[in-house]
Amino acid sequence: MLTAAEIRREFPILDQEVNGHPLVYLDSAATSQKPAQVIEAVNDYYRRYNSNVHRGVHTLGSLATDGYEGAREKVRRFIHASSMEEIVFLRGTTTAINLVASSYGRDNVGEGDEIVITPMEHHSNIIPWQQLAKAKGAVLKYIPLQEDGSISMEDVRSTITNKTKIVAVMHVSNVLGTVNPVKEITETAHAHGAAMLVDGAQSVPHMKVDVQDIGADFYAFSGHKMCGPTGIGVLYGKKKLLKNMEPVEFGGEMIDFVDWYDATWKELPWKFEGGTPVIAGAIGLGAAIDFLEGIGLDAIEAHEEKLAAYALDQMRQMDGVTVYGPEKRAGIVTFNADDVHPHDLATVLDAEGVAVRAGHHCAQPLMKWLDVTATARASFYLYNTEEDVDTFVSSLRTAKEYFGDVFG
Amino acid sequence: MSLGNLDTLYRQVIMDHYKNPRNRGELEGDILKVDMNNPTCGDRIQLQMRVEDDQIAEAKFNGEGCSISLSSASMMTQTVKGMKTEDALRMSSLFSDMMLGKEIDAAGMDLGDIEALQGVAKFPARIKCATLAWKAMEQGLAEEEEA
Repeated sequence: MLTAAEIRREFPILDQEVNGHPLVYLDSAATSQKPAQVIEAVNDYYRRYNSNVHRGVHTLGSLATDGYEGAREKVRRFIHASSMEEIVFLRGTTTAINLVASSYGRDNVGEGDEIVITPMEHHSNIIPWQQLAKAKGAVLKYIPLQEDGSISMEDVRSTITNKTKIVAVMHVSNVLGTVNPVKEITETAHAHGAAMLVDGAQSVPHMKVDVQDIGADFYAFSGHKMCGPTGIGVLYGKKKLLKNMEPVEFGGEMIDFVDWYDATWKELPWKFEGGTPVIAGAIGLGAAIDFLEGIGLDAIEAHEEKLAAYALDQMRQMDGVTVYGPEKRAGIVTFNADDVHPHDLATVLDAEGVAVRAGHHCAQPLMKWLDVTATARASFYLYNTEEDVDTFVSSLRTAKEYFGDVFG
Repeated sequence: MSLGNLDTLYRQVIMDHYKNPRNRGELEGDILKVDMNNPTCGDRIQLQMRVEDDQIAEAKFNGEGCSISLSSASMMTQTVKGMKTEDALRMSSLFSDMMLGKEIDAAGMDLGDIEALQGVAKFPARIKCATLAWKAMEQGLAEEEEA
């Protein structure tokens, strides 16, 4: 495998100084950077074969269609779906979960039924279910968290009941780094006749994901967190479920026949892709998948776990630094420093060229559970190096000293 | 390593207001309450004011946030307490201009500690922290006007 330093050179944006220091980008959980080959693929599409898809007759049109549908096949292979009909291109994870809530949810959840989620979910996997529960008079239930921010299967089994119609859980927490046992949770959901949705925004970019092995009915993720462009995401759904679901967006591109007072839909997956799709985005996502596969997802996962462990090791030796989340985790380290608000911390780190996230990370219910208003987060990806972690740790030390002085 | 630039942001007087906020607490009786938050970062304040005869007789706040948002709330309450509402609004607009890095004409107004926040203008990501309490004050006075 290439070294992280070699991989880093594939990302043009990382070769710059921020505030007079070499950029150390530790915010990939928010969005990842893009390698030259992804930027080139998007560029090439616009320069050479930009055209609308599925209109077949002219040459550029069929090149664009091949690019767009070729990307769908790459996604299918990447997550081991059995058919391209199961791969719906949408704007991102949020849109994908909303589609399931507004279509499958609307038709399958009734008064008194239960929807089960966890307190660690991102807002995008909370609010669509809150809205659905309110509209249907259904009950939104939370699987409780263990003290370290993990989930126990015992709690899963006692929360999911025969009234549960949908279980929606994130694969990897964007705050705690927890890797949830989604395969086991799916088995429990299915044993009670509930459908299972997995929010894969933080897993697909970083580890091998086999949707058939997990067995979930729906699996959602975003292109921009996996070296692809913004504006493109994927909903994987089992064919037998997608088939019976109504579209939620109507118009061009998704129809079969249109009469004055009625219309019929295209077959899967296009009936869910109303309007001109994000063609360049899908092609860019295909290039991102080629890039990630070229390096190997197992190697990427191992590299990030190593960086997180290396960072944790040093942070635990620092006085007055609290790290959240379980011991076994993905490449995400969320923390707070005593007496320094994470916003102030992030400003000092930024002055040192280190980009971290500060705030509630779109997980306000989880912040409540942690009993904090905000946290700082460093997240790692394949282009981060041990030197990045060293710079981060020494900047964190500087920040603590700085505020120690000004509070003096 | 130079953190010199940061010293223009984290001035001593700011850290003093952060550590020892003025007017933090609750008002009793017939008061105006405004809750305002910064949804991107989770900072939130509740501003309480008693307005009598177009004058801000009392102002207190509660809330959670970073050093910039809390010190700004502390300074804002300190400054507008006792002010005519129209002067408080003029001060707020001066403050907005200051955050945008504009030249300001503070003729007849005593900026006091607020001047220390001038450095925030150089940190665009933090301007919203500094203006939170001021926006709450503006909204409170607008609600009072409507009532």
